[in-house]
Amino acid sequence: MPRPVALDGCEFDMTQVVLTDLTKKYLGATAPAVDRLNLECESGRLHALLGPSGCGKTTTMKMIAGLLKPNSGDIAFDGASVLHTPAERRGAVMVFQNYLLFPYMSVGENVGFGLKMRGVDKQTIRRRVAEMLELVRLPGIEARRPKQLSGGQQQRVALARALIVQPKVLLLDEPLSNLDAHLRDEMRELIRTIQQQMNITTIFVTHDQEEAVVLADRIALMFDGVLHQVDAPQRFYDGPVSARVARFFGGANFLPGQMHNGQFESRLGCFAVGQGAVLNGPALLTIRPEAIQLCAAESGSQQKNHLPGRIISRLYTGANTRVKVQVNEFTLTVIADPHAVDAARTGDMVTLYLAPERLWTLPIESP
Amino acid sequence: MTNQTRLTHLLRWLALSALLFWLLLPLIPLLIWSFAFRWPFPLLLPESWSLRAWQIAFSARSGMLAALWNSLVIAVAVTLVSMLVSIPAGRAMGMHRFRGKRVVEFLLLAPTIVPPLAVVLGIHVLFIRYGLADTRLGVMLVHLSPIMPYAVLVMAGVFANYNPEYEEQARSLGAGPLRTFWYVTLPAIFPGMMVAGLFAFLISWSQYITTLLIGGGFIKTLPILLFAVAGANDTALTAAISIIFVIPALLLLLLTARYLTGEDAAAGGFGRV
Repeated sequence: MPRPVALDGCEFDMTQVVLTDLTKKYLGATAPAVDRLNLECESGRLHALLGPSGCGKTTTMKMIAGLLKPNSGDIAFDGASVLHTPAERRGAVMVFQNYLLFPYMSVGENVGFGLKMRGVDKQTIRRRVAEMLELVRLPGIEARRPKQLSGGQQQRVALARALIVQPKVLLLDEPLSNLDAHLRDEMRELIRTIQQQMNITTIFVTHDQEEAVVLADRIALMFDGVLHQVDAPQRFYDGPVSARVARFFGGANFLPGQMHNGQFESRLGCFAVGQGAVLNGPALLTIRPEAIQLCAAESGSQQKNHLPGRIISRLYTGANTRVKVQVNEFTLTVIADPHAVDAARTGDMVTLYLAPERLWTLPIESP
Repeated sequence: MTNQTRLTHLLRWLALSALLFWLLLPLIPLLIWSFAFRWPFPLLLPESWSLRAWQIAFSARSGMLAALWNSLVIAVAVTLVSMLVSIPAGRAMGMHRFRGKRVVEFLLLAPTIVPPLAVVLGIHVLFIRYGLADTRLGVMLVHLSPIMPYAVLVMAGVFANYNPEYEEQARSLGAGPLRTFWYVTLPAIFPGMMVAGLFAFLISWSQYITTLLIGGGFIKTLPILLFAVAGANDTALTAAISIIFVIPALLLLLLTARYLTGEDAAAGGFGRV
């Protein structure tokens, strides 16, 4: 059933999306592309489905859109299953990575396509198209052809074409990955603004953790078709659930040992640990490269959570300097302010301070 | 205009002229013959002219108009049917991988390899049994056998270069399957359909042996009439009917020429971005 079209303003109802045990196995594939995925997307929020390419995130998105049929499991919008609602009536509109503007239609016809399919009269379509192009900051380009637009403009037209039908759920496939760096910022801000203005439940897919962090309210991280962690962006830095998650977010320091009564015992000694995913037994100790403090060699190397080491390499990246420090047989990566480590040279002895509140334990990875 | 573009324009113009010349050159002697009354040997042009051949051609006696109509009906029907089959078949061949695809490919190409006479003789036996021999329907069906390989291969080429995500995009925006086909698939494959349709029409239009055997002389198309007239040794009438035979094909070629070259070429189909 076509949804009524609000003629004034852009009122969207907020829709909650719940995926239950969603599974998709392609014909002839050995492993499922998506394996028993459980995910709840709060209404009116911006969610990221994050993962390396081939992890099943686009498959998940297409299932939500109704373009792929899951083998098992359920998809519910606001508590009602939409599994048997065909794509054209589901109200989950997808914006593809390569925009897919219909090449033989003008920009105006492209944006108005969804309303035309809903039988809206021409005059209303014309007005709403103008409104939508204004919204994506491309007013008055109705008569142009998609070919005449830049990639960024095509992307925004594609966004307008999706928003005009007032979708229950907006699905964006890699919304920033085809854009130049300066356009990315502009597009990210536009998506954020529109999403907040309209309170539209939005799910986007990306392989870029930075993109997910800056855009999303919540991130769902997938590897090999399996959901690994669903959290607010900051938690992926402060409290990853596994070494794999930590690595995906740039974690580099992992130290095997035993967790025992708030103390972590390892070959590099004993550490006081504030928190972690493992509170007892074998564990991996991790700390963000930017959380390690680099001090002069003598300062308190005998104290708790201090480690003496030797700088084996340093890489200046502009905003910061990546320093690799050898501590016994382990190498720790430190990201430091360039001015703070100005004087340090390769081969110098230093002391590393691992603050207890920045330490985090992870389960040992199965090989 | 830069020198470069001027040169390409010139080359294109030359190529087009050469093509037209090539196509039209054989028609000039035919045209002269059709108006010739007396044309003794050493003369370059006829001694006297006449409209006799054209008058006979358009008279009911010659059966030309009936044959033209027959040819048109058969060619149009066969073209439509070949389109109906080759769009889904081409989509399957061009876009999907499936078990036994090689075998299907081979079977599709087989009519271009096996001598048509052998095929038609075999079909004839069957058609007699089914009561399709000596009927227009039988002739249409037999025309499809040399047409389908070309029609399906052209459409397979179109679909190999087609991005089905455009259809998903349309579905997602609220278009049902039928409207998705109408608004998205059809415009994308239209140039390819024109080319496949042109092939289908022209192949049907020029069938002789298949029409003769299955039609058994009852279904008179233009080629059948042309052979009969040519055998009767009336050069002027043969020339006139030859021209009538060539003109629809030429017109069709000109009308669809823009789908054969340039941006609208058959390989269009949106392409994968």
